[in-house]
Amino acid sequence: MQPILYLVAFSYGFGPVFQRAGEGNYLQFLAPGIIAMSVLFSALFSGIDIIWDKQFGFLKETLVAPVSRINIMIGRTLGGATTAIFQGILVLAISFLVGFRVISIGSLLGALLFICLIAIFFTALGTAIASLLDDMQGFQMIMNFMVMPLFFLSGALFPSGSFPKTLSFLSRGDILTYGVDGLRGCLTGIYQFGLAKDFIVLSVLTSVLFLIGGRLFSKIRI
Amino acid sequence: MEDIIQVKHLRKEFGETVAVNDISFNVKEGEIFALLGPNGAGKFTTIKILTTLLPSTHGQVIINGFDVEHNPDEVRESFGIVFQDPSLDDELTAYENMFFHAVLYGVPPKERKNRIEQLLKIVELWDRKNDLVKTFSGGMKRRLEIARGLLHHPKIFFLDEPTVGLDPQTRTHIWDYVLGLNQQEKVTVMFTTHYMDEVEKVANRAAIIDHGNLVALGTPQELKTEAQTQSLEEAFLHFTGYDIRDEQGDDLGRMRIRHNHRK
Repeated sequence: MQPILYLVAFSYGFGPVFQRAGEGNYLQFLAPGIIAMSVLFSALFSGIDIIWDKQFGFLKETLVAPVSRINIMIGRTLGGATTAIFQGILVLAISFLVGFRVISIGSLLGALLFICLIAIFFTALGTAIASLLDDMQGFQMIMNFMVMPLFFLSGALFPSGSFPKTLSFLSRGDILTYGVDGLRGCLTGIYQFGLAKDFIVLSVLTSVLFLIGGRLFSKIRI
Repeated sequence: MEDIIQVKHLRKEFGETVAVNDISFNVKEGEIFALLGPNGAGKFTTIKILTTLLPSTHGQVIINGFDVEHNPDEVRESFGIVFQDPSLDDELTAYENMFFHAVLYGVPPKERKNRIEQLLKIVELWDRKNDLVKTFSGGMKRRLEIARGLLHHPKIFFLDEPTVGLDPQTRTHIWDYVLGLNQQEKVTVMFTTHYMDEVEKVANRAAIIDHGNLVALGTPQELKTEAQTQSLEEAFLHFTGYDIRDEQGDDLGRMRIRHNHRK
């Protein structure tokens, strides 16, 4: 619901200003950002399931099973990412209804790839953080603290190319930036960094995160 | 024949706190062994170490010939466990919970269906196999967990207070299953409980731990003789004293013990 609200409110609200500033159609710019946002939210917050399971038992069942911890962690991450991916696809579909158009049908495949990458990375991040924590309130707090800066710095709402130096630097450190850029590039053909760079940054960092997350996960004690 | 569970000089510290202090005991194959002790005595910590959930500070544990520390996966394949609080996925059906377990434990695909059916029938839940677990009562969940714990044909079955909060009918039922299983399949059973009548009825031997120390070990009869009491309940009190223990107030079950309460 929230992404749809963002999509409609921002595109109608800021659309004319954006156009007058010579940046073209705002909806075309905004929609990929909002898709990325919905995936980000859903992915990060899926970590709460781990904390839930820690408190209410089910995690024990998997921890006494003869399966390596890293496999459990990867399985849980892919499970959570699936929900986030569907969320992203749903928002993509809705943005078509509002008037968003892609450059070609084939670009949807590339978009799907980036939706998956964003979903997997941020679910793994949520899972890793949840491995360290025991209570839901703490998790909520950390997530709320992280999620908005990640979102605003990513260039989902406005072109990050025109950020002042410091912000631009921070924006380049925000992994979501590459996800948004890749997604936007695939769907509309306008890149900041280029497809290859976006893809490499995301997939390399995802692998690193799996290594760290696997370690943290195997340290879980109940 | 080597003993199926061997615990040697087991010690577990949580920071300053000693939860388990130099405990040694063995359990023979096919035995029903009770682990007794007041709240916070170190029972659950011991079980967690035996089931690879927690590393020990010192000592060695051999389960079914495998070292808990060095071969955790072989150890995990050797046992089934029913925890005190349910560890089912409430959003899945009874059958799905069983199926998930079968996949996790690598039960051969061809056997999965048969085994699940057989076990669900034993615990009388076959009619409810397609119902979500969240609609089950406490007793039904416990029965489902017992069925699940047996799905991969474990050699050892751990039960942590399996009958707490259940009515006498369900308790009797559960012990009937477990006893039958022990006799037919020669499954070794290790359980914790606060009900001494259960211990007298089913256990071959019992260990009593208190403040992390093993204070008594033997058959229920031996324990009574040693304490010179009529009932096992009195013997238990004889070994562990009469003061009520305060348990640390979190339900996560971590760090349950504080050792400064030695009477």
